[in-house]
Amino acid sequence: AAPLSATKSPFSTDEKKTSREDVTSYNNYYEFGTGKEDPAAKAGSLKNSPWTVKVDGMVGKPAEFAIEDLIKSSALEERIYRMRCVEGWSMVIPWVGFPLADLVKRVEPLGSAKYVAFETAYRPEEMPGVQSMFPVLDWPYVEGLRLDEAMNPLAILAVGLYGETLPNQNGAPIRLVVPWKYGFKGIKSITRISFVDKQPETSWNKQAPSEYGFYANVNPSVDHPRWSQATERRIGEGGLFVKRRPTLMFNGYAEQVASLYAGMDLRKLY
Amino acid sequence: MAGRASVQADKKSFTLPQVPKIAIYLVGFIPAVWLFYAGVTDQLGADPMRYLEQGLGLWALRFLIATLTITPLRQLFSINLLRYRRALGLLAFYYAALHLTTYLVLDQGLDVAAIVADIVKRPYITIGMATFIILVPLAVTSNNAAIRRMGGQAWAKLHRLVYVAAIGAALHFLLVVKSWPPEPLVYAAIVAVLLGYRLLRSMVKKTSPRRRPA
Repeated sequence: AAPLSATKSPFSTDEKKTSREDVTSYNNYYEFGTGKEDPAAKAGSLKNSPWTVKVDGMVGKPAEFAIEDLIKSSALEERIYRMRCVEGWSMVIPWVGFPLADLVKRVEPLGSAKYVAFETAYRPEEMPGVQSMFPVLDWPYVEGLRLDEAMNPLAILAVGLYGETLPNQNGAPIRLVVPWKYGFKGIKSITRISFVDKQPETSWNKQAPSEYGFYANVNPSVDHPRWSQATERRIGEGGLFVKRRPTLMFNGYAEQVASLYAGMDLRKLY
Repeated sequence: MAGRASVQADKKSFTLPQVPKIAIYLVGFIPAVWLFYAGVTDQLGADPMRYLEQGLGLWALRFLIATLTITPLRQLFSINLLRYRRALGLLAFYYAALHLTTYLVLDQGLDVAAIVADIVKRPYITIGMATFIILVPLAVTSNNAAIRRMGGQAWAKLHRLVYVAAIGAALHFLLVVKSWPPEPLVYAAIVAVLLGYRLLRSMVKKTSPRRRPA
């Protein structure tokens, strides 16, 4: 991992950061297996250089960015965000990245563009989880945001954490971070970003539509059909004797994002 | 009552070197001791509570499966491990009890409201609790005195509940994960094979023309 210089951000939380060890050893990245330790053990096989991100669809200036150019031409910030997994655990992670809105503006979306669709690399020869006899998801992993969500200043494309470029298990070389949504919205190892006029398909929604919605906003009052979302365990806090803490609406980012969902029934649009 | 086939099977059955039953318990508790020790000394990774909780549950299922292999091993391969079945079954119960205790105390922090809500609202918790409750009378009657008191037939009938418990345990595992990862599917398949074998055998026996009147 190479060092990255970044400026501090007022959006960062001052909560205690989860250790680098835990952030890089406890991951969900099913392309490398369904175990929490699988990504750290197996993601080394992903060739993250050279890497390009194709930006296309309803934009005035479609482009294909080499990752190093994208990093060089962006104003990197450190964003220390809470991350709440849909499984009921959470971390505090010092990401390094730049606002997704910066990239959106560079490609000049057309008036017809309403949503942004993201796609992860699909490389069976480098991703052992994709070769599994039991496909856990329909590959490649896809995600999406409404355009106004993508323009929210909290949404970032992360290229690093703890002051260095991303480890593969955390989604190198570039991933989405939307801290008010469950972690699975934060698509990893992005190869394509498309601007579209219809709500794009998203991987977990395709897998179990009754359990994972398109929005996937952190919401303690809307339970997952199989487990409660009212509380969470903060990783690295208390070890075996970890105490659950209450989960906050929009993961504590209501002030910045609640207006995006004004008038929406969040029980139906989970 | 024993059919000709099983008499012959018994004659051929291997005499494995006999291990004292206490050894099954000593070896059987090694995973639990290791899990607790590793948990307390912070060697269980980023989410030790979850690792402990799942590890204990997984061992309960493994021991439950082990008890279900005793009969097919004897019938199909003439390997007689019957004398260890009680220990394996009780280990399954002890692990299930430790798994439940971890959930109640370490996971939920004895938050009664949250636990009751879980049991009522979440099918995997409901099934898990029901499975544990099924195991209780089996554990309580896992001694010679109970067999004498109940009579062999009634005892055997009660202990057929272990089939229900195995299905419950496999379902509990399947319902707690996201998507369909391989591990719970493999365990469910093993349980399905072990129970399917019994179903098939009972059907073959019933329809067999060679069946002799009792």
